[in-house]
Amino acid sequence: MANTENQNWTTVIRPKTGWFDIDLRELWKYRDLVGMFVKRNFVVYYKQTILGPLWILLNPLITTVIFNVVFGGIAGLAPGGVPSFLFYMAGNTIWTFFAGCINNTANTFVTNAGVFGKVYFPRLTVPFSQVITALLNFLIQFAMFLCFWAYFAITEGSVRFTLWALLLPFLMIEVMLMGLGVGIIVSSLTTKYRDLAIAVGFGVQLWMYATPVVYSMDTLYNQPKLAFLVKLNPMTAPVEIFRMATLGTGTFTLWQFWYSVIATLALLAIGVILFSRIEKTFMDTV
Amino acid sequence: MENLNQNREPVIQITGLKKQYKLGQIGGGTLTADLQSWWARLRGKEDPNLVIGTDTRLFGTTFMALNGVDLTVYKGEALGIIGRNGAGKSTLLKILSRITAPTEGEIRLRGRVASMLEVGTGFNNEMTGRENIYMNGAILGMTKAEVDSKIDQIIEFSECGDFIDTPVKRYSSGMFVKLAFAVAAHLDSEIMVMDEVLAVGDMKFQQKCLGKMSDVAGQEGRTVLYVSHNMSTIRQLCTRCIVLDKGRVIFSGDVEQAIAIYMDTTDVNVVHYDLRSVGRQTPSAGKRLFLEELRFLEKESSVFSNAETMKIQIRWHVNEPFSGINMKMNIHYRDSSPVGITHPVSLGAAEPGKTYTTVFEFDPSLLGEGQYFFYLDIFERALTNPVCLDKPSTEFHFEVTNEDFTIPEWPAGWGRIHFPPVKIL
Repeated sequence: MANTENQNWTTVIRPKTGWFDIDLRELWKYRDLVGMFVKRNFVVYYKQTILGPLWILLNPLITTVIFNVVFGGIAGLAPGGVPSFLFYMAGNTIWTFFAGCINNTANTFVTNAGVFGKVYFPRLTVPFSQVITALLNFLIQFAMFLCFWAYFAITEGSVRFTLWALLLPFLMIEVMLMGLGVGIIVSSLTTKYRDLAIAVGFGVQLWMYATPVVYSMDTLYNQPKLAFLVKLNPMTAPVEIFRMATLGTGTFTLWQFWYSVIATLALLAIGVILFSRIEKTFMDTV
Repeated sequence: MENLNQNREPVIQITGLKKQYKLGQIGGGTLTADLQSWWARLRGKEDPNLVIGTDTRLFGTTFMALNGVDLTVYKGEALGIIGRNGAGKSTLLKILSRITAPTEGEIRLRGRVASMLEVGTGFNNEMTGRENIYMNGAILGMTKAEVDSKIDQIIEFSECGDFIDTPVKRYSSGMFVKLAFAVAAHLDSEIMVMDEVLAVGDMKFQQKCLGKMSDVAGQEGRTVLYVSHNMSTIRQLCTRCIVLDKGRVIFSGDVEQAIAIYMDTTDVNVVHYDLRSVGRQTPSAGKRLFLEELRFLEKESSVFSNAETMKIQIRWHVNEPFSGINMKMNIHYRDSSPVGITHPVSLGAAEPGKTYTTVFEFDPSLLGEGQYFFYLDIFERALTNPVCLDKPSTEFHFEVTNEDFTIPEWPAGWGRIHFPPVKIL
């Protein structure tokens, strides 16, 4: 026995211990699995649909038209100076990305219970693959947005990119991580309470109305209390910065941006802690 | 044993492993149900979410699925793990393959563990065979490059070459299993964990798999942990065997000795089985009709001479009206090899909400000396294909002795059936 003590073991399985029990090196080893999951997500989503991948474009297009008619035309919430169609498409594009991150990761444990019960792999690969899927969807939709942007830039000349556009890659990662954080918090809680999975779809929709997606911050200028509440929402800054970068319209302060970044990190940390506590004993509770 | 293993390299070292499960209420599953239960308890009312008649005294008590397991497994061993249902075999494998965490103790591993608790895990119906090989390989911990280097071997082994670019939803279940096993068998892991994966597929493929497993352990120097109820595959594959009983290792060593000890743990002294809290063999079993208990009548042990007739009483409850309920016994020898079935017999019609008691006789005179068990299968004959109503996973053990034809041991080569003598004309 004595000589076995100092041999190098590759894995040690112990009862669950610390708070932050996520092996990032191991996660990196499983990067090919994340890739396969992303591929699967696309295959499952678009095989056997008539319009196939076209849905990625149709969905935001229809939503944009409706937003434009209802909130821009009837309610008159769009700001002047930029084409309201682009205004809504920009807001919808980034919001769809964020909502997709949450909605897809929220069911991680419940929908994968079968696989999780039979084979081990780092469970975080599933939510990671979901947000990467959402990111790819976003990039496709962003490309469509750029096409419309170019059309309006040529015909009306009223839109322009600003220097804030340099922040876009960082902004995407921030939104993705915030969505991941919220998503894995919800997914960890749904292992105990299934009805949260239903509530999350509704909750995300409500959250959208607390974010300047269908209205601009400018429309709130004479309602300081409401504006303050909206500013407390960590998604407000990313949406406003995104519009500022691509359309040159948006109201935010730098501290709002830093607040959003800190909130993202906090949500992500809480999510990872909850997730790592649930993942080890999850199979005993379903 | 110790001398033999001294120079060998341990790849798995398990020390003081325990796994505890809580009995009873885990949670209502939804927030509303939990709040409802909490509100009812607060007012001293009965919990509306509790199954009526549940014995709440057991709630909160714990159950040790594993109760202090110490085990060292050496490189290149093919270790068989046997034990009765509930002995902790599956729990041990689940902890080893990191599906669930232990409550106490520690496992040290050298190398990757490939678990084949159920092959085909993660297969996606919409994806082609080839895509699924990559998918399954990745789930089992292979990188894309590793799968690339083995894909031809895998496809050849799976015997699915012609259909490899067809979505697997078009596969037959046999092809599906072959493909899944092929991926798992070609995994470059140092430790392979298997839980009766060979139960499926045709005989030829099963032999091929056993051959592959022996190669994996013998020539490639990898380690195989194999759980099965099928003693003949244990004999064929394993170099060492442990017997688990009530969460402990009660024997470790020679395969034949282990099998003999396992056989002895099967109990013929039980004449009454309470089936209300035991598992069922299919998910739908026990829902519409529920077998509550089984009793060997007029006996203190279930040992029968072949001149005796078994009298068995069952009590069953129905939740739906039935017009034709059928019952048959599936008889197995003690090593799980099937012996035969009884011809289905009708239990008559039944009214919902009622509990029935049925006594039936079984004549074991055709069985040779030895220990047997049977499963009870109650089914509804809907037109021609039977629908299972209840099939408890309990093995009902009995022993047959032969008084007018005693021999020291019934030779295995004779089979299990002892036909009446031929008539000389």
